[in-house]
Amino acid sequence: MPATRAKDRVNDFVIKIATVNGTGSASANGLLLKSIFRSGVPVVGKNYFPSNIQGLPTWYEIRVTREAHRARSGRVDLMVALNPETYARDLQEVASGGYFLYDSTWPRPALEKRDDLGVLGVPLARLCNENFDGVRTRILMKNICYAGVLAALCSIDLEIMRSLLGEIYAKKPKLVESNMRAIQLGHDYAQANFDCPLGLHVEKMDATRGHIMIDGNTAAALGCVYAGATVGAWYPITPSTSLMDAYKGFCEKLRVDPATGRKNYLMIQAEDELASIGMVIGASWNGARAFTATSGPGISLMQEFLGLAYYAEVPAVVFDVQRVGPSTGMPTRTQQGDIHCAAYASHGDTRQVCLYPSSPEECFEFAATAFDLAERLQTPVLVLSDLDIGMNDWMCPQFPWDDSYRPDRGKVLDEEQLAKIDRFWRYYDHDADGIPYRTLPGVAAKGAYFARGSGHNQYGGYTEDSGEYQVVVDRLRKKWMTAAHLVPKAVIEPAGQATDVAIVTLGSGDAAVREALCRLRASGVHIDYLRVRAFPFGEEVQRFLAEHRLNFVVEQNRDAQLRTLLMMETAVERTRLRSILHYNGMPMPASCVIDGILAVIASDRAAARLVG
Amino acid sequence: MTFMSKPKIAHPELPRNALGLTRRDYEGANSTLCAGCGHDSITAALVEACWANAVEPQTVVKLSGIGCSSKTTAYFLSGAHGFNSVHGRMPSIATGANAANRRLQYIGVSGDGDTLSIGLGQFCHAIRRNLNMVYIIENNGVYGLTKGQFSASADIGSKAKRGEVNRQPPIDPVQLAITLGASFVARSFSGDKAQLVPLLRAAMHHDGFCLIDVISPCVTFNDHEGSTRSYAYAREHYEEVVHADFVPPAAEIAVSYAEGETQTVTLHDGSRLVLRKVGANFDASDPGVALDAIQQGMRRGEYLTGLLHIAKDAEDIHALGATPDAPLNAIPYDVLNPGAEALRRVLAGFR
Repeated sequence: MPATRAKDRVNDFVIKIATVNGTGSASANGLLLKSIFRSGVPVVGKNYFPSNIQGLPTWYEIRVTREAHRARSGRVDLMVALNPETYARDLQEVASGGYFLYDSTWPRPALEKRDDLGVLGVPLARLCNENFDGVRTRILMKNICYAGVLAALCSIDLEIMRSLLGEIYAKKPKLVESNMRAIQLGHDYAQANFDCPLGLHVEKMDATRGHIMIDGNTAAALGCVYAGATVGAWYPITPSTSLMDAYKGFCEKLRVDPATGRKNYLMIQAEDELASIGMVIGASWNGARAFTATSGPGISLMQEFLGLAYYAEVPAVVFDVQRVGPSTGMPTRTQQGDIHCAAYASHGDTRQVCLYPSSPEECFEFAATAFDLAERLQTPVLVLSDLDIGMNDWMCPQFPWDDSYRPDRGKVLDEEQLAKIDRFWRYYDHDADGIPYRTLPGVAAKGAYFARGSGHNQYGGYTEDSGEYQVVVDRLRKKWMTAAHLVPKAVIEPAGQATDVAIVTLGSGDAAVREALCRLRASGVHIDYLRVRAFPFGEEVQRFLAEHRLNFVVEQNRDAQLRTLLMMETAVERTRLRSILHYNGMPMPASCVIDGILAVIASDRAAARLVG
Repeated sequence: MTFMSKPKIAHPELPRNALGLTRRDYEGANSTLCAGCGHDSITAALVEACWANAVEPQTVVKLSGIGCSSKTTAYFLSGAHGFNSVHGRMPSIATGANAANRRLQYIGVSGDGDTLSIGLGQFCHAIRRNLNMVYIIENNGVYGLTKGQFSASADIGSKAKRGEVNRQPPIDPVQLAITLGASFVARSFSGDKAQLVPLLRAAMHHDGFCLIDVISPCVTFNDHEGSTRSYAYAREHYEEVVHADFVPPAAEIAVSYAEGETQTVTLHDGSRLVLRKVGANFDASDPGVALDAIQQGMRRGEYLTGLLHIAKDAEDIHALGATPDAPLNAIPYDVLNPGAEALRRVLAGFR
């Protein structure tokens, strides 16, 4: 067995588990992740799953990170290879000096090819066959058994595992015992046969206090409950479905009137995404806080309705959990490919307010922000999350909630206010901020108006008159300027030392960029950082870009969509914006950012030498 | 269309309904449709039905898609909110609006193109959900605004103005709706106000999805010889099988019918529908009987009209969703917000 640099890998390594989809490995993986988290050690969990119910290869990655990084590492130190179909590539992926754990019930001569790894054979199938009855039980227990092996190898506390199982199977205590038996089997085998623990192991810390492990879809759903959303309309699509599932789950706990059993929410599974956004628009127009969740193909289908909502000025909240496009693309892989089609969704001069959360905690926070903005601005708000944020468990600070929060319902005239005015003009700019007043159906005949996507004048009447048409669309432009002041400001973090180089990113790019900044700083490279959180861009974005000679725009798509948007919507010269792109469907690791920056710096230096 | 706008002044002797409103109070903007358009007669019937039912204008929500028919929601009930949405997607707007406030009266006006081609999916699913609304199809078998293309309701053999003959079978919204479980299905003719008004009045009192397919000739593109949606054809091949008389909840039954010829249906609010059977052996509660009669009529080249099917007690989205009686859009935020303490408890499960 090769020597490991034991000391520097304590609480800093990556375990990757390769299994077959549909064999129940998810519970073992979740158990491992949570056990390490409960040991006070920060973790990152990433699930790489196929668009399939059963049979295709699937991987789960656990990054143990004492420095509390949130990105995928990109390297693998310990591979648990339980899928013969992927043995060969799994073997290649392990970093030199790492370990390769496999089920030694069957011989694997092909494993001899790498002698820079420690190969750990554990007869998982044999152990389970000898100790459990029934085919299904044996398969499930084999997957729990490797958790026990890893507990011994990486020094994960068995008592924490037991108490977690107790919580998971609170209603089925028998399962706690059988699972624990499988864990113990694996644990004891490893103890007896290997030098435990390995250099890669867990030592308890106190760095997860006040934190939770949660995915962005669950967080967004909880945010919708707290924002006061009552109508959710949706059409199932990966990776957004779990957002609506979670909303339903939370509502069943938190929104049912205990006295009457009546539900203070209504979920409608629509026939397609055209209908789901139509329902959201109908409900929002009628005064409910309504939302939908979808992904790229759904956003494409919603374009026409989003244009209607923009022009007729109807609030709507859409969560776009982005996945790999174009077209059906790779439904279970992550990307930031909808930036353009969300920003200018629909034909004609349309522009849509977008929010870009970077983490589950921001998915939670931005839910209320999105509803407030949608109602204040009377326009759709698209929250662009992605599969990495939406479906992976992130370590997050516990979400705060201030009970003094009150929804901003915007400029809605009630019966009393209507009684005081002579006439109600739906699209008239009374306050010179581009935002007109609206009324809800059922309140007063005086407030009645006709919402339409066809040409209308500022009084709400149908028009084909050039001047009347232009008054309304010019006012919409003014409203857009107002929006730029209301949306969340970009997060700016100066390097602490003067520099004319910066990184700009959005959404889940934050995790890799932060880790890259940290590592670059350690090697003496200091770079300023700006994270865009919304579209339209505030003036701070323009100012920041102009202040830096070189802005690296880091994003997860092929066509540099954020960079293009910055070029179109700010006055910054394109030569100041340099792209770093990552679009293979896997969450972006910090190395991608670091390599991209160092390559440009090196080539700029070389160019300077040539010129000089 | 007319360019003269009507002054909103009611003659003092115009009859007033229970709310003290005249028919003028239920009118809307001037129609911009062609003179003689069947759709304008339907608009007039809607004004009459809303006035007769004494609905408060602001409790009605008017919804439509795109097309000549969809424009008409601007031509009645100016005191009601209207939403002229996108082509074929009115049902989803209606569904969302109904989800937010179950207390209002939703009246959708669509056309045969809007409903049976681009909007067929949403139409079917609104029926499946038994969405509590009145859905009127102003059916002329033709695309008017784009100048005379066949729609999906055009009959085989029907001739376009330029002589082209349709060879594709039509989609019949009435049969489709009955098959999908719609709880109130009727067919009428824009020229028969005596039939249409009671149907509209009854539909507004029915809980659940009401389809009224109204044959409404297009005077410009489909009112010629060879068209099966012309005034002449419709008048000649029009057979009323079930006449509906509507009796509001408070009123006594003033009419009486011979035993065996009538069928009385009591709606949820206590109002009654008296169905007078003009045709023989017709039971509006049996979808099979209705479908059979409609198809037999079609073989004879006749449109069967009247209330063709009614079923009570089908559950709508609010019944299935167990929502409160109060509209969802009126629940105070204090009730909706579970509070910071509840959040702390929920998040403890994510430790």
